[in-house]
Amino acid sequence: MVVPRGGQSSGQCPVDKEHPFAGAQAQRLPPAMHCLRLALGLGFCLLLGITLCSLWMYVENWLLVSYIPYYLPCPEIFNMKLQYEEEPSQPVAQSQYPQPKLLEQKPTELLTLTPWLAPIVSEGTFNAELLRHIYQPLNLTIGLTAFAVGKYTRFVQHFLESAELFFMQGYRVHYYIFTHDPQAIPQVPLGPGRRLSVIPVPGPSQWEEASMRRMEAISVHIAKRAHREVDYLFCLDVDMAFRNPWGPETLGDLVAAIHPDYFTVPRHQFPYERRPVSTAFVADGEGDFYYGRAVFGGRVARVYEFTRGCHMGILADKANGIMAACQEESHLNRRFLSHKPSKVLSPEYLWDDRKPQPPSLKLIRFSTLNKDTARLRS
Amino acid sequence: MDPRDFWGNRTKSCLCLILLFAVLLGFYSNVFSLIPRRQTEKSQSPEAHHVQGRRESLTLSEGDGHLDSCRIPEVPRLLYPKAQLLKPSRVDVLVMTPWFAPVVWDGTFDSALLDVQFRNTTIGLTVFAIKKYVVFLRLFLETAEKYFMVGHKVIYYVFTDRPADVPQIALQDGRQVVVLHVGNYRRWQDISMHRMEMISNFSRQRFLREVDYLVCLDVDMKFSDHVGVEILAPLFGTLHPVFYAADRQSFTYERRPLSRAYIPRDEGDFYYAGGFFGGSVPEVYRLTTACHQAMTADQAQGIEAVWHDESHLNRYLLSHKPSKVLSPEYLWDEQMLQRPPLLRKLRYVAVPKNHAEIRNR
Repeated sequence: MVVPRGGQSSGQCPVDKEHPFAGAQAQRLPPAMHCLRLALGLGFCLLLGITLCSLWMYVENWLLVSYIPYYLPCPEIFNMKLQYEEEPSQPVAQSQYPQPKLLEQKPTELLTLTPWLAPIVSEGTFNAELLRHIYQPLNLTIGLTAFAVGKYTRFVQHFLESAELFFMQGYRVHYYIFTHDPQAIPQVPLGPGRRLSVIPVPGPSQWEEASMRRMEAISVHIAKRAHREVDYLFCLDVDMAFRNPWGPETLGDLVAAIHPDYFTVPRHQFPYERRPVSTAFVADGEGDFYYGRAVFGGRVARVYEFTRGCHMGILADKANGIMAACQEESHLNRRFLSHKPSKVLSPEYLWDDRKPQPPSLKLIRFSTLNKDTARLRS
Repeated sequence: MDPRDFWGNRTKSCLCLILLFAVLLGFYSNVFSLIPRRQTEKSQSPEAHHVQGRRESLTLSEGDGHLDSCRIPEVPRLLYPKAQLLKPSRVDVLVMTPWFAPVVWDGTFDSALLDVQFRNTTIGLTVFAIKKYVVFLRLFLETAEKYFMVGHKVIYYVFTDRPADVPQIALQDGRQVVVLHVGNYRRWQDISMHRMEMISNFSRQRFLREVDYLVCLDVDMKFSDHVGVEILAPLFGTLHPVFYAADRQSFTYERRPLSRAYIPRDEGDFYYAGGFFGGSVPEVYRLTTACHQAMTADQAQGIEAVWHDESHLNRYLLSHKPSKVLSPEYLWDEQMLQRPPLLRKLRYVAVPKNHAEIRNR
């Protein structure tokens, strides 16, 4: 308790410096002073907030890789890599090719344009020479991922040999073989400008489990490595082989391939996931094409976002204890329905050799190998 | 007043809470982007560092229309008929060029689907009404209000030397007219050619910030049917109504090797019309700059291309292939040409005019 000492001049309030409750005197100040203090305090806080905000904006510009919350699908690092858009602005060198005929239609029989004006690629719809003139000067590197897990390692040899013959001839290619057993990957001689990297992944307990982890593995791989090394990325199944040239006609922002078993089938018969509780749910009146999981690709940033989105859907389903009807393919189809591909490959690019080749498909380029699937999946 | 008495305990804790709140608000408002979209996109681009030395060129990737760097536009659930793979949409005409550019005809596209894909897009329309051509503006703008990019944000850029003569048109929501005062030239050929220069200048100064796509049109025309987002692409041209079925030898390209617009007789895909072209702002900038430079070079050589800016446009589109080609539905002249059955709709047609009177005053 403060006891005013006698002899002090009037007007001066004696305060004991050591006393902890000296500040209690302030509470008896008049209300006007109180308001003024509060106003000054608020003004100060507002100023501080604005300063921090502008400081943050400045810092964010300065940082090359800024803070990315979990739910944003695409890291800023992609901005630095992709300096061009799909239709290149560089001039096409003079080349001799026949004039496109507007009115004389070659009977291609297949639809060549989707309703959202994405090309459907099949033999006869493009001029390979012209595309070569457009794409060769761009010095592109094309990546190719394939998963050889469990017994699927036995397909790698044939897959790579056929790729060496037919896949993107004349371009730089980087194969990424994902496997649990790097020793099982054979040494296949590669042409100039083509490399192979083996990416270790954990061994699967079940085939379904392995196929569900594919999206996750691809998106993680892109974020860690592939975005620096390749411009375009294709994700293919390994138990297949190339039969005919697969060239730059397949390059696009986001590319999907039509499943060979369902291209003549109406949409209500597509094996979409039909349970509304799943994130891969597609209602009865919806659907464009049924795309196959064995072939998809595009620009590396788009593939990253695509695989990331599919993976999120798979995780959400897993949390709800549900597995989609066709596992990963259901999620792929769901995603392609809402993020429509910018280019669609006809079943020439994803064929099943057990089916007879129809006249509408002129040149099969990539197809399955006959194998005993039940035995392989066990 | 003793400063130490100024801050009471209770007020102190109160102020601390307010301070904390203000800090959190400042932090999260940035992360959750309360700040407008265009501002953050521009300031965050690391490419700004790379292009400092190159004044003339524009950064292209992120600003490209709806294709921002990592996003395929998401389409919400829509009901529409399924495309049949074994049933081509049009059998009488070519719907895709050999370099995968769609040729846009009626029946090849689904408007509802495309409208949703392009829903956050702003389209700029440039039109030149110099000297007496201002008389065409009223009909042009009125029909554009009915048919051009309905439901999307549109900015009409009217280049004129007579701003007072630009009519006041009732506009729908999200659409505005911007009048740009420019000089005129004595010859109509010069007016036509200098369009390229003006579009190029304004692209860099203004259009890049304001719109995603640019559509460059002739003014002595009117819209008579739907012209929508199906035309939008990084670079597009329109088939000239006279030459869409012709052989490349008979195209009226510039055939004198001295000109920069020269195209030999054995080259050429299509004859594109000078009255309807466009694309994303960076691509239109590149096109108009290249054409303007070529025309300046020709002028120094004392030569003028046979069809002026149209010849230079064709030269450019031969080596920089467009990503979409519009069918003659998108540019037609009913007086001059007989309408064939393959044209199911006429969307943008010529308005009859007295050439002699309108051009040389």
